[in-house]
Amino acid sequence: MNPIWIVAQREFLTRVKKRSFLIMTLLGPLFFGLLMVAPALLASLPEGPKKLLVVDHSYLLVGEKGMEDVVYEFLKPTPEALANGKEILESNAEFDGLLYLPPSENNDPDYILKNAKLFSLEDLPISLMAGVEDQLEQKAYEQKLRLEGVDPEVVKRAETNARLTSVLMGDAGEEENSPAEFKMILGLAAGYLIYIFVFLYATQIMRGVIEEKTSRIVEVIISSVKPMQLMLGKITGIAGVGLLQFIIWVGLTAALYAGLSATVLADAFNPEVIAQMQAQPDSGGMAAEVLSALQSINYPLILSAFLFYFLGGYLLYGALFAAVGSAVDAEADTQQFMLPLTLPLILALLVSMRVMDSPDSSLAFWFSMVPFTSPVVMMTRIPFGVPYWELGLSMVLLVLGFLGTTWLASRIYRIGILSYGKKASFKDLWKWIRSDQ
Amino acid sequence: MIRAENITKRYADHTALNDVSLHIPKGSLYGLLGPNGAGKTTFLRILNQIIDPDAGQVLLDGRPLQRNDIARIGYLPEERGLYKKMAVGDQSLYLARLKGLSEAEAKKRLVYWFEKLGMETWWDKKIEELSKGMAQKVQFVTTVLHQPEVLIFDEPFSGFDPLAAQQIRAEMLELHRNGTTLLFSTHRMENVEEMCTHIGLINKSRLVLEGSVADVVRSHRTHRYTVAYQTPDGSPLPLEATAPFHVVSDDALPSSDWRTGRSLCVQLTANEGLNHVLSALLPHTDVLEAQESVPSMNDIFIQTVQNAAS
Repeated sequence: MNPIWIVAQREFLTRVKKRSFLIMTLLGPLFFGLLMVAPALLASLPEGPKKLLVVDHSYLLVGEKGMEDVVYEFLKPTPEALANGKEILESNAEFDGLLYLPPSENNDPDYILKNAKLFSLEDLPISLMAGVEDQLEQKAYEQKLRLEGVDPEVVKRAETNARLTSVLMGDAGEEENSPAEFKMILGLAAGYLIYIFVFLYATQIMRGVIEEKTSRIVEVIISSVKPMQLMLGKITGIAGVGLLQFIIWVGLTAALYAGLSATVLADAFNPEVIAQMQAQPDSGGMAAEVLSALQSINYPLILSAFLFYFLGGYLLYGALFAAVGSAVDAEADTQQFMLPLTLPLILALLVSMRVMDSPDSSLAFWFSMVPFTSPVVMMTRIPFGVPYWELGLSMVLLVLGFLGTTWLASRIYRIGILSYGKKASFKDLWKWIRSDQ
Repeated sequence: MIRAENITKRYADHTALNDVSLHIPKGSLYGLLGPNGAGKTTFLRILNQIIDPDAGQVLLDGRPLQRNDIARIGYLPEERGLYKKMAVGDQSLYLARLKGLSEAEAKKRLVYWFEKLGMETWWDKKIEELSKGMAQKVQFVTTVLHQPEVLIFDEPFSGFDPLAAQQIRAEMLELHRNGTTLLFSTHRMENVEEMCTHIGLINKSRLVLEGSVADVVRSHRTHRYTVAYQTPDGSPLPLEATAPFHVVSDDALPSSDWRTGRSLCVQLTANEGLNHVLSALLPHTDVLEAQESVPSMNDIFIQTVQNAAS
């Protein structure tokens, strides 16, 4: 049997058999999901409404009882009201703050708002402040309209909402709904996932190499297989782990999706309902758009491109991470070599934020061609549609890229794994690359 | 069996091997001796095709070493270790398969060796659960498992705990008796004479001496003999004046010796022998013991290096 294959088998099996793999694989999607939902969940945790004392000399808030999370309690606006209110606030824990709206001789809303104050003993939530401010603005706005002799009700009736549906005209003349926001999210998520995956698995290669070096088994092994074979076997085996994990994740997500759409979302995904919702301009417009966007995306293309760019990026960086692992004695020493490897990846992430806005810019083009950044940047572009020749060129360059880095890495690796004790520098690495042995 | 021809290996800042040629005969137990940093490990790595020489070549059975010859060689490097978190059985199988054994065959042989060395219960243990000596036994087994014709050990006795070292030594001698060619390096010269059939001395990247132990010792004979003889009160015989040989020294036996007598050291010429001494002594005293003083490998090494330097 080919020794690369035997090495790959070991790398694969020892990792897949670990309990942490099982846990990560099964709980991974749940964990990621939670990570995305958690902030929203936390924000929506029910908390008792805050109670504000209100001293309203200008009668701006007359008739208001508060909002969802704020309850107003009005004090009679006597000249001593502010002092009294402060006393109550200090002595009575029931109240969280005191809202003070000063008197204004000519009822000028701008003057009132400029001098309005909110007293409190502790910091109040920003959302509460913002809510009160919004309400005050709304009240001042209505007040101003009235001062101008306009009925606010009239203005409200005149308000309209415009929503453009962007339609891409394809070459064949077919038209495609193109909800840009959704593509942005999808593209960014895909790019980000590639980034995480490449990092996660390339680091595993590096750790594996360091483990073999520190446990001193590496020389035993390379008396049986060539260093290059050991390195390639390791990279292949760990790629298998990544692929397996990815496939299980996709499978789990698809199953979850199928399960959900069969039950909870059954209505939402019914085309008739979607059409209905789209017909109603206001109520369900946005939701329906997202749903139809979900269905208009070319998932097979995205999935296969994801697999390709994950593998390509992983192989490109994995080989270099293996070289870094071979050059050091302990993981703590890797930092100086890691920097030049992590920089392009982080740069790719930054660029992909810009690429979301203009997926066809020359910035987007070049960064999706350079193999060091193309896995992340191209994945961000793909949901928007990329010409096939660009996709093809980028893929070819990526393949050439990882062949190049693998060659380079193997030159460092074969010497690095036998070098103990001495801390290698970039100069040493360069010497190793050039040396015959 | 193995013939190295004019091997030279240079690193950026020094030459590790300088025009080294040596011959390891089939069935020999070859000791590669030399101080630390002499180039022994580099040489062994070249034999194992871990690194390539800058010049020269290695012949195995008369033809240049090839990649698939690794299956005929077993190597236990000085920097030896195992996967700490992998079970003993799994990793022994893994290493055996890398050497080209089938899984079934490897398993069969492992069972044999584990039984032989009392390791039957270790199969599912992780290396980190074993003591150092136990791990060393596993390393030894994985090195010899594929029954290589040539076994190469780099500093096999350093780092081993004494009991394990003793066992490894016994196994090495048995493998040698069964016809395996063994080559090992060591920087400690003690006991090498009794164990090896052949030696090579490397100093400062050059081979300075090579041959069978018998030949090397023979060529370094000094024709010096020590004889212990008895005297009633420990006083010396008046040999200086009468003896037909040169007396180097004539001292009382050390106080730790239970006998009373003297230890005589004499220098003969190349065509004289022990009889020459004995025939002169026997009429006057009881001889307790007599032997030729053979220089130790350490003495020979120091002498060779000094000669080379001067």
